[in-house]
Amino acid sequence: MLFYSYFKTLVGKEITVDLKNDLSITGTLHSVDQYLNIKLNNIKLANPAKYPHMLSVRNCFIRGSVVRYVQLPPGSVDVELLHDATRREARGG
Amino acid sequence: MDPPLILPPNIDDVPPPGLALVLELDKPLLVQLRDGRKLLGTLRSFDQYANLVLEGTKERIVVGSQYAEVDMGLHIVRGENVVLLGDIDPSLDPPPGLSLVPEAEIRRIQKADKEAERMKGTFRTRFDFLMED
Repeated sequence: MLFYSYFKTLVGKEITVDLKNDLSITGTLHSVDQYLNIKLNNIKLANPAKYPHMLSVRNCFIRGSVVRYVQLPPGSVDVELLHDATRREARGG
Repeated sequence: MDPPLILPPNIDDVPPPGLALVLELDKPLLVQLRDGRKLLGTLRSFDQYANLVLEGTKERIVVGSQYAEVDMGLHIVRGENVVLLGDIDPSLDPPPGLSLVPEAEIRRIQKADKEAERMKGTFRTRFDFLMED
């Protein structure tokens, strides 16, 4: 559950999600669940001209299994905190 | 200010996966499938795999700046084929810059487009040696 917990700390921040079908969507993280399904608000596409049908979409739900990368806002990763959380998880909570 | 600690969640506080879809129930949605198809419909039900029940489904076929819609009725979509579900903003639908054409017309355009793509490919392989500079 480490990454689920980590993504929960990013709610409200702007992230970019790169999908396996080469779509790249930037938006404000609205929610995340344990499958890392992601809900984004106010989305923007990296290449809107190539995907004109997405222009009528403002908010979207992305299935976790189609995500390739998530680009995080700079400075959002506190390595110490993640270390901590990782050790705690490895000890079994 | 200290950043919040990343704590493991209390297992009872973790919502069931896919719960966020509750907010999309009974709304008109655009569903992007893994094979590139786009379905428009009203979400009536779903489960934790994002299996979906869509009512009044239409497939939207977009080629270049033209599109057509094909009525498909009630559909159940297996979750693994779902890429994303988008809320449709009615003021931006159909998307600006796209024009509606009949289904027969879009099929013709689709075919011509595919053919052009194929020709481009074969020309490129045949004349590759000329392209070197």
